Amino acid sequence: MAGKDYNHLFKLLIIGDSNVGKSSLLLRFADNSFSGSYITTIGVDFKIRTVDINGERVKLQIWDTAGQERFRTITSTYYRNTHGVIIVYDVTNPESFVNVKRWLNEISQNCDSVCKILVGNKNDDPARKRVDSQDAAHFGESVGVRVFETSAKENINVEEMFMAFTHMVLRAKKQSQNRAEREREREKDTVNIGAQRDRDRRKRGKKCC
Amino acid sequence: MATENRINFWRRKAKLPGRYHKDTKTKLNNLKTKKASSFHEFAHSTSDAWDIGEEEDEESLRSPAPSATPPDLSMQTKNHRCDTETSCRPEPPSSDSRHFQEENKELQHLNRKVIRSTSDTQVSSSSDTFTYVASPHSFGSKLIEPDQSWLQNFICVGNAFSLLKQSALPVRPLIPLVARISDQNASGALPMTVREKSRLDKFKLLLASPSTDLGEPVCPLYSSLLPGSPLSADWLVKKLKSCGSTAGLEYREKSDRPHGGSSQSVTIVYILIHTSGPTQEMLTSPLWQGYLPANRGRRELVLQRKRDEYFAFIEQYYQSRTEEHHRDTYRQIHIDIPRTNPLIPLFQQPTVQEVFERILFIWAIRHPASGYVQGINDLVTPFFVVFLSEFVMEDVENFEMSALPLQTQRNIEADSFWCMSKLLDGIQDNYTFAQPGIQNKVKALEELVSRMDEDVHAHLVRCEVEYLQFAFRWMNNLLMRELPLRCTIRLWDTYQAEAEGFSHFHLFVCAAFLLEWRKQILSMSDFQGLLMLLQNLPTIHWGNEEVGLLLAEAYRLKYMFADAPSHYKR
Repeated sequence: MAGKDYNHLFKLLIIGDSNVGKSSLLLRFADNSFSGSYITTIGVDFKIRTVDINGERVKLQIWDTAGQERFRTITSTYYRNTHGVIIVYDVTNPESFVNVKRWLNEISQNCDSVCKILVGNKNDDPARKRVDSQDAAHFGESVGVRVFETSAKENINVEEMFMAFTHMVLRAKKQSQNRAEREREREKDTVNIGAQRDRDRRKRGKKCC
Repeated sequence: MATENRINFWRRKAKLPGRYHKDTKTKLNNLKTKKASSFHEFAHSTSDAWDIGEEEDEESLRSPAPSATPPDLSMQTKNHRCDTETSCRPEPPSSDSRHFQEENKELQHLNRKVIRSTSDTQVSSSSDTFTYVASPHSFGSKLIEPDQSWLQNFICVGNAFSLLKQSALPVRPLIPLVARISDQNASGALPMTVREKSRLDKFKLLLASPSTDLGEPVCPLYSSLLPGSPLSADWLVKKLKSCGSTAGLEYREKSDRPHGGSSQSVTIVYILIHTSGPTQEMLTSPLWQGYLPANRGRRELVLQRKRDEYFAFIEQYYQSRTEEHHRDTYRQIHIDIPRTNPLIPLFQQPTVQEVFERILFIWAIRHPASGYVQGINDLVTPFFVVFLSEFVMEDVENFEMSALPLQTQRNIEADSFWCMSKLLDGIQDNYTFAQPGIQNKVKALEELVSRMDEDVHAHLVRCEVEYLQFAFRWMNNLLMRELPLRCTIRLWDTYQAEAEGFSHFHLFVCAAFLLEWRKQILSMSDFQGLLMLLQNLPTIHWGNEEVGLLLAEAYRLKYMFADAPSHYKR
């Protein structure tokens, strides 16, 4: 495209159990709105928002998936080319937190290396909170995933979470770019004997048939 | 058709007053001299006799002659008419009803009726309700009896006039964001044309016959109905209701626009049709296909049995929702119900939500291969609304369901359950593990579109838009999420009438739906824009007209591509 209005484009995926507030989080972040009466997501929903990170324009392509188990075969196709996955659970529903393990497993089956973040949503009513922040933090440490607690309804921590995650994804991208760069550099200095031999062999192969 | 009617008319009503005397004398002579005295020619030559200036006359003439109606059907209709109008027609016509004297009697009788009706007209036109006008056509012979019985029943004009005025507006008024279920029917619906009406008549005739196989025999009728012939089911239900239990339905188009050129017409499928009898008997159309028996006498019985059966399920299984193995199913249903049609107040009522919970739970545990899958909750809605709107005169969206008698509530619930079950029977592989039905259909859609419109397909591929990203929902929710509810009801109307409508024909509707947005699709060259468009197609203002065109296009595509897998293949 001629007039590219961003420096980076990231595809993010939101997953998690049904009714934990995935769509609400997305709507709060992308449109800064909340309605409380959402319709169930079927397949995927899709929204974009461009944010500014250290002077660089980062376009986020956020995919909001359906939570129900039966859709998992279909939603697995959406993992392709994803830069980051947001796993959401509901702090008022311990079962959704227990299932986070299954979601992590799902990610590892579909992606090689991807940024992950764990989000405990609906964190706006201490009386109804059933998943302890400490437990969540512990669990996050054990699996190497940062944990955020948010409320899409009260607009608590949503922006921060997305921005922090975008930072992470951007950092990861730069790291892998650097790594690739270094790799290329190293390749320049190395004489690859095997490659030469391969080429020769291929040439010969062509001749003979 | 019309000509045939005229023939019958002229053959029988030599004494009818009108311009006819003056004109025919010479014409008759002409015919005689030419020795080609067929009534056909005669009727043609006297067509000016119809310029009486009474619209009703015109209307009734345009309706089809029942030339092909088998004798048993015509008898049936006769009986039916007697049911409906016992007060008007005390004696059923005898078998030698062609007798001239009898006809005279009838003529007199109907003349009386015309007079009576005229006064009715005056009364009702002032109150803007329904006008009853006897059709002069009912003077006809016994030969045209079946048709007559419908025609002779009354004509509901309703506020057709104002509707017509509205439809004539160059710009459609934008329907509010919260798409109303009923607004299309309450304000946007155009009156039926005579052609549509006659279709309705045919259909009712079929329903009223002692044995109606709603399968094969009716299909030709349906297919003739479909292209470009939408009818608001709700609208019809309302009109039927308004006619009360003692009258059949007749509709008069009060306009001088050419009939047949209208975009608004009728499908009769999917509606509850009242036929009137000693008790207000409720008959249903293919909505019940395979549900109600062909034999008319057994329908009521079966309906009752089915309802009882459903509530027996509830009694037996509903309490198991708290048990270990069903808890997940119930939990999912329970959290989805408030998220079903969240913007329509009707569906936020506890009574309604409980109905939905029961229907979905019972269905889920009776179909363990699929169980409950999100999206199925949406599929109950059209049935529920149609059944409910039979009892609601005003705004269905805000109707308080608990105001209905308990028995009525239960009937609506049971009927919705069985209809939804029937629908899902045909598409169960959409919801079993890995959803093979949907995967296959999305693939098939892609293949079809690649042949139907190479440009669009190539454009989507170029922009890396995958069909699954937008069409999954089209299949999983049968386009319900893409269209306002009133349009879904209209769409399903046709699906009901089609063989494999919800599984096979739906594919072509999806293709037509995608290609509907051809221009917009081709004008966008970025992935984001395209996907945003395809996931939020601007159909909020859609009504019957748009759905009718969509269906017509889908038919066209089906006939071109369905059985021609290599057509335009590259």
